[in-house]
Amino acid sequence: MNKPHIKDVLKEKILVLDGAMGSLIQTYKLEEEDFRGERFKTHSHPLKGNNDLLALVRPDILKEIHALYLEAGADILETNTFSGTTIAQADYALEEAVYDINFHSAKIAKEVADEFTLKNPNKPRYVAGSIGPTNRTLSISPDVNDPGYRAVTWDEVVLAYKGQTIALIDGGVDVLLVETVFDTLNAKACLFAIDEVFDEKGVNLPIMVSGTITDASGRTLSGQTADAFVTSVSHIDLLSVGLNCALGANMMKPYLEVISKNTDFSVSAHPNAGLPNEFGEYDETPEDMTAQIKEFLDGNLINIIGGCCGTTPDHIKAISDLAAEYKPRKIS
Amino acid sequence: MSLHPDYIGKYKYKWHNVPYMRLSGLEPLIVTPEMNFINVGERTNVTGSRKFLRLIKEEQFDEALAIAREQVEGGAQVIDINMDEGMIDGVESMTKFLNLVAAEPDIARVPIMVDSSKWEIIEAGLKCVQGKCVVNSISLKGGEQEFIQQAKKIKRYGAATIVMAFDEVGQADSYERRIEIVERSYSILTSDKVNFPSQDIIFDLNVFPVATGIEEHKLNAIDFFQATRWVRENLPGAHVSGGVSNVSFSFRGNNPVREAMHSAFLFHAINEGMDMGIVNPSMLEVYDDIPKDLLERVEDVLLNRREDATERLLDFAETVKGTAKEKVVDTAWREQPVEKRLEHALVKGITDFIDNDVEEARQMHDKPLHVIEGPLMDGMNVVGDLFGAGKMFLPQVVKSARVMKKAVAYLLPFLEDEKEEGDSAGKILLATVKGDVHDIGKNIVGVVLGCNGYEIIDIGVMVPADKILAAAKEHNVDMIGLSGLITPSLDEMVTVAKEMEKAGMTIPLLIGGATTSKIHTAVKIEEHYQRGQTVYVLDASRSVTVASKLLSDDKSSFIEETKNEYARMRDHHKNRRAKKEMLTLSEAQKNRQPIQWKSEDIKKPNFIGIKLYDNIPLAELREYIDWTPFFQTWDLHGKYPAILKDEVVGEEACKLLEDANSMLDKIISENWIQNKAVIGIWPANAIEDDIELYTDESRSEVLGKFHMLRQQIKKSEKAFNHSLADYIAPKESGLEDYLGGFAVTAGIGIEPYIEQFEKDHDDYNSIMLKALADRFAEAFTEFMHEKVRKEIWGYADQEEFSNDELIKESYKGIRPAPGYPACPDHLEKPTLFKLLNAEKLTGISLTESMAMYPAASVSGWYFAHPESKYFGIGKIEKDQIKNYAKRKNESVETIEKWLGPNLNY
Repeated sequence: MNKPHIKDVLKEKILVLDGAMGSLIQTYKLEEEDFRGERFKTHSHPLKGNNDLLALVRPDILKEIHALYLEAGADILETNTFSGTTIAQADYALEEAVYDINFHSAKIAKEVADEFTLKNPNKPRYVAGSIGPTNRTLSISPDVNDPGYRAVTWDEVVLAYKGQTIALIDGGVDVLLVETVFDTLNAKACLFAIDEVFDEKGVNLPIMVSGTITDASGRTLSGQTADAFVTSVSHIDLLSVGLNCALGANMMKPYLEVISKNTDFSVSAHPNAGLPNEFGEYDETPEDMTAQIKEFLDGNLINIIGGCCGTTPDHIKAISDLAAEYKPRKIS
Repeated sequence: MSLHPDYIGKYKYKWHNVPYMRLSGLEPLIVTPEMNFINVGERTNVTGSRKFLRLIKEEQFDEALAIAREQVEGGAQVIDINMDEGMIDGVESMTKFLNLVAAEPDIARVPIMVDSSKWEIIEAGLKCVQGKCVVNSISLKGGEQEFIQQAKKIKRYGAATIVMAFDEVGQADSYERRIEIVERSYSILTSDKVNFPSQDIIFDLNVFPVATGIEEHKLNAIDFFQATRWVRENLPGAHVSGGVSNVSFSFRGNNPVREAMHSAFLFHAINEGMDMGIVNPSMLEVYDDIPKDLLERVEDVLLNRREDATERLLDFAETVKGTAKEKVVDTAWREQPVEKRLEHALVKGITDFIDNDVEEARQMHDKPLHVIEGPLMDGMNVVGDLFGAGKMFLPQVVKSARVMKKAVAYLLPFLEDEKEEGDSAGKILLATVKGDVHDIGKNIVGVVLGCNGYEIIDIGVMVPADKILAAAKEHNVDMIGLSGLITPSLDEMVTVAKEMEKAGMTIPLLIGGATTSKIHTAVKIEEHYQRGQTVYVLDASRSVTVASKLLSDDKSSFIEETKNEYARMRDHHKNRRAKKEMLTLSEAQKNRQPIQWKSEDIKKPNFIGIKLYDNIPLAELREYIDWTPFFQTWDLHGKYPAILKDEVVGEEACKLLEDANSMLDKIISENWIQNKAVIGIWPANAIEDDIELYTDESRSEVLGKFHMLRQQIKKSEKAFNHSLADYIAPKESGLEDYLGGFAVTAGIGIEPYIEQFEKDHDDYNSIMLKALADRFAEAFTEFMHEKVRKEIWGYADQEEFSNDELIKESYKGIRPAPGYPACPDHLEKPTLFKLLNAEKLTGISLTESMAMYPAASVSGWYFAHPESKYFGIGKIEKDQIKNYAKRKNESVETIEKWLGPNLNY
């Protein structure tokens, strides 16, 4: 598909990232057999809840959701591959399916994105390969009595990320999105892996990195401040650096200001729809969220904006309409 | 002036179009020209510190970390870590140490310099650090190809690097060779081959010793200075660093001379543009403080100003041999007036000088009471204000209270001579109610209130209602505070409230403790005491506000507010309750979890009967401690270990943990407390909601019976009405199943220590010891459960869990306790204790409220079935109560009393 490079579009406008995948998948009320499909009918482990698997067993659902977000105005789709590493899939004993998950998720997203780009070439749509943090941390010991212990090694993490990166690139993503970084060392291992893959494959895709400030202390889970986090991932030429998840939009603003001040890359934000209530639901309405995101935009902090947990196409529609009224943050 | 003939004056930064070097630990370090000089700590280097080497060799990592911490506290902006020693495994030690550093926020906040001459050690280090580090170092020593490869890798790891002035020929030892090598290194690094950011390049220009007596060494310092200037003037963005202590190598043992040399060297090097260096701050004299005659001789050597410079310095050195500066403890506060000293001691919790200071204050005041009302209360007010503003935390306040108590204890004999009525803010009676032995929370409340000027009458634990009332009258108190941890205490509090009403009392009643809640206070207690106000108090810090409001002139509005709030809660509660749909007992029984009973899911235990375990080494149990509840005890909320890094309470949590660990060390080494556990495993089958135990495998004779309750709230589809009985194979299945039980205590022998602490007015340590005994009891329980799973019963002999997973209860099977949500009936405890012969074997006794004494005890059952899990019974209906009473052969009233909180009617 012929379309302008995302870097060039970013100079002109604020790009809109899609919203939550998980919340919409939940509305399909899928059961164990849906996740198993034909391919995993006899698989040894329960698979319910392994959303990344849908690319292989229910591609129709992913296509529907992607289309909803593009209709809502999203410029960038995230592939449904947040847990698409051998490390995360080990919980389901599905390490061998990792290549297929990423490859097909990328393909599905690309197919829907291309369809929309074709319909309206003035609004080109992009696919970002979503790369999650895995469920192991390189900086933190899971054993309280042995702070020096690590459940995983750097080399293992690099290997897992290389596998995911190769498959996403093969599947045709435009961008790689390293997101929900709560341990910067994991993110560094990921960037290390991506850089090696680029070298080996002779390609070079734009990379977005998005961290997670876990609480009001203003630090990542592994203890870094927002500016230390930016410093620690800026050795690679990034398309953008920013924040997602954990906090609602209102709590994110001060940290976005710090990031915006400390980077020459574009700045991204995809907050949750508020904080989960006591039932684990997110209850900020599109209006609540846009009221806060308006403050980011008024503060000239944003180049890429979207939604994380709890956001829906309605949220993205409202965000997209709002973002259209603003110019992107100027990069010096 | 410049020491380089081509340049003039002090070096001025000129590369404003190049970004600044940015490094990071947990926090960023942006190297701007204004920072002048970045000071790299050097003590965590096995080649430079014999002590650090010994600690690493002996794997004394705690102390090794302390060295790192000391450096950061001492002002190091980056810390250099080096593990290059023949006798240690460099890769392993570097990995281990850096992983440990990552868990220490006060160290990890600064960037790390990964220092090694071995590439594999450098790489191992880079794999452990999340921040942007500095590599120390690479060079052209091994040729261009290796240099390029390593530089590319470093860039990929996201680090800056030191480049040594070293090439294939050797180390640069002249001005010209230095320039030649750095120019070549810089152009390779910044070429397309590597594209290394120029601001991330730091040249180490080799600091060599001077005044060695060898002719060629005369220019060592001046060449360094000039080369530094050249690099900074000619290589955009690049930095210059060096290991300063090398320069004084020939004066080892003469610290005054070395310190002067370091300072003078740094002074000139910085003047020429050196902006980073490895320096031992304790080996540094202030440049202006160097005696003029010494400075002149040192600079003669450094700058090669005289032929006989070396001889003159050597001669002079003989006259100034001395020792290095000693570390200064901050005692400045001792110079202040006595009021300020008392305040300082109270805020910082220092008891060392308190008796002397109080005596001094006593002599200055007319009456001893004035010392308390004056300087001591002033100091406590400062503590109170800081606490209120969130700038001090509970453990600190308790330490302050310890100082206050010591001060008051000192004054007590003088006060008694005076016999004067004290003017306290108010008198409060505190008690843990009948049947309950838990008093940690009550003691904390007492301390906090005491700090705020209230007089506390603490009448202890297991106090029946009549005694509470009698004591209240005797002391003429202004209010009563009740505490309790176990659920029957809730009822006992109701009893106290009713008795107060009957006795015609009108003083406020405060309710607190782990099982109490605002809703319970509003719905169950308040209405029974109409004459006075009942108020729920969430935690110790809240107790001060509540007490002061209840005693203020404006108390009526506070009381009215509380009354209204509780009335609203009662209404709400009624409405809410009406909405819940309930099942009859038989409907609930039909909706039990349908377990497919298979003989392969039941492991025949390796052991049947009861067995005593005692005096398990505490050091072993220590590994099993779950710290999170420990912090909750102290009102510090957050999960361990994240709490240690918490912005607000992290520092305090760290200190508390440190104190806890040092007490743990003592408890263990001096064997303060003993532990005992009895476990039992019996053949068992379920009959409806009861579990029947048999004397032996023939299953012909019934040994005893446990009665279980069942959830009755209507569940959504696919959810079940659980009962613990469902996890044991029903008799009609024909399968042979088993049930386990246990009673564990870790509090034996604790009393003398508690008494001693209390005699010393040391609530802090008394609370600490009780809290630690609780942790040991829980840890011991976890330990025994693991032993049962893996050996004694042996149904999970393959499992391998970390402590964290144990805390998360990742294992198979459960160990619910009578009196807790899955079986809220405390009356099952006597049966369990009888079957285990627990009272005799372990010394744990049951109070009339079925609380265990010593308090640091745990008892419960072991269920092994893979489907078994924890749940809460929730509300139950009268039909089940009737049925249950019949099964237990108890009256309905008795059961209703014990299960009060669960009744849905």
